[in-house]
Amino acid sequence: MFFRFSHSLSMKIKERVIKSILALSAFISIVTTLAIIGVLGRESFTFFLTVPVTDFLFGTHWEPLLEPKSFGILPLMAGTLLIVIGSGMIALPVGLLTAIYLSEYASNRTREIIKPILEILAGIPTVVYGYFALTFITPVIRIVLPQTQIFNGLSASIVVGIMILPMVASLCDDAIRSVPVTLRQGGYALGATPYELTKSVTVPAAFSGIIASFVLAISRAFGETMAVTLAAGATPNLTLNPLESIQTMTAYIVQVSLGDTPAGGIEYQTIFAVGGLLFIITLIMNIAANWIMNHYREVYE
Amino acid sequence: MVVNNPVLKIHNLNIRYGDSLAVKNCSVEIEKNKVTAIIGPSGCGKSTFLRTLNRMNDFIDSFSLDGQILFDGVDIYDRQSDPVDIRRRIGMVFQKPNPFPKTIYKNITWGPHINGYKGNFDNLVEGSLKGAALWDEVKDRLNESALSLSGGQQQRLCIARCIAMQPEVILMDEPASALDPKSTAHIEELITKLRKDYTIVIVTHNMQQAARVSDYTLFLYEGELIEYGITKNIFTKPDNQQTEDYITGRFG
Ligand SMILES: Nc1ncnc2c1ncn2[C@@H]1O[C@H](COP(=O)(O)OP(=O)(O)O)[C@@H](O)[C@H]1O
Ligand SMILES: [Mg+2]
Repeated sequence: MFFRFSHSLSMKIKERVIKSILALSAFISIVTTLAIIGVLGRESFTFFLTVPVTDFLFGTHWEPLLEPKSFGILPLMAGTLLIVIGSGMIALPVGLLTAIYLSEYASNRTREIIKPILEILAGIPTVVYGYFALTFITPVIRIVLPQTQIFNGLSASIVVGIMILPMVASLCDDAIRSVPVTLRQGGYALGATPYELTKSVTVPAAFSGIIASFVLAISRAFGETMAVTLAAGATPNLTLNPLESIQTMTAYIVQVSLGDTPAGGIEYQTIFAVGGLLFIITLIMNIAANWIMNHYREVYE
Repeated sequence: MVVNNPVLKIHNLNIRYGDSLAVKNCSVEIEKNKVTAIIGPSGCGKSTFLRTLNRMNDFIDSFSLDGQILFDGVDIYDRQSDPVDIRRRIGMVFQKPNPFPKTIYKNITWGPHINGYKGNFDNLVEGSLKGAALWDEVKDRLNESALSLSGGQQQRLCIARCIAMQPEVILMDEPASALDPKSTAHIEELITKLRKDYTIVIVTHNMQQAARVSDYTLFLYEGELIEYGITKNIFTKPDNQQTEDYITGRFG
């Protein structure tokens, strides 16, 4: 009797310890997030005491390191958008088509070959992608279009597109495969070809999952840093010409972080303002993706 | 058993999943414009057999078969035969209602649309829904999602969608097993009505249902065809002891 009592007591303590460790782990990520928000908020706040928000958001010159300083983020936004749009134009359609091929057409064996390749692609460090762009993609582009600058948005867009492709393919594949198999059978039993079934049953049924994967991929392209820093250059340039050197928001942050800009000055605070804006953009996109995915679960349950 | 006017003639059919034999050396003829019920305990190969009749097993990697299935005299597993075309002519209703997450109207028109139907879609929808005894319940809400219907209504919608293709044969795999008694009665009534225009093959584990709706009954046990005959005979004086044991509920 006594033995059993003490046994259950030690079990209770063990449970408590385990629970505390788990709670602590969860707590770490919450604290980190809050700390990031805190730092970004505080430094941006001091930044915006000097620079009006409207100058920052709508100004067309970004020259915080040279006199006369100007803090218009539009060139960085344009650079970022160029990468996002360019890479999206590659990764979204190719990713979706890959997913359709994998889930509807490929045999199990083909799937077993392609899936790991996608996982490997997804696991390559982004700096490697950056070098790949600089040493391979850019020279190829310059053979076709000789007027292309060494650093250019096109090369960076292509490489970021390749980078986010596995994510799109794999999330779209999940979305398509989560369409109930009974729905597919219903379509085939009505004399549908795989193409007709994909076009008007599976893809529409997986639509919200597909859109959510698009949003996540785009938000990843927004935040992508190393590859664009290496391939796209460091020239804040209000242009949508993909053959010119540009600078993205992330690449600017790298430039300042690595440079000898003294901490505490207005130049240094710019990276927090830029980072804060980036944070808000990706946060909104992630919330949107989550909302779409939850919404889509409801349809089937 | 020999039937007068067979639409499907099955000769020495063996069906395998990988190495395991799911249906063994089956030879059966299915009579036109009759209801043929397939009964047998769970796992005896009823669904396997049924899905083979319109090539719905093609999607299972491990599936293979030998023997012959002649539909209108043509072997449906011949290299020349197009599975898509066969499924247009041999429709299927599944165990769980599986309407598309589209409107009621589109559920009916989708099949005919992709198959190049040229007639009037409104008439087709009305005719098919009437054929499936669903028209009165849904005529005012054709543009609502099919998922808003009750389970029984969804299953009748699936039948409507199937007959909109005007198939020659309709295969039904336990079409009422997921439904309440009232919806089941509806479906059974519908099956007896549909017999006039279609050949129906229905799998059921419900013996009373087989007795009520079918003209012929085929008893499968562990992949083997044990007995095939006129339903009345099977249920009153079966030739085979195993059949008798099964329908009297001694096993299965
Ligand atoms: N997709 C499949 N892959 C492998 N084996 C299967 C598959 N479907 C059914 N089987 C096997 O074939 C046999 C017959 O199954 P099934 O046709 O579903 O029986 P029933 O419909 O009479 O319950 C069972 O042993 C089952 O495990
Ligand atoms: Mg079954």
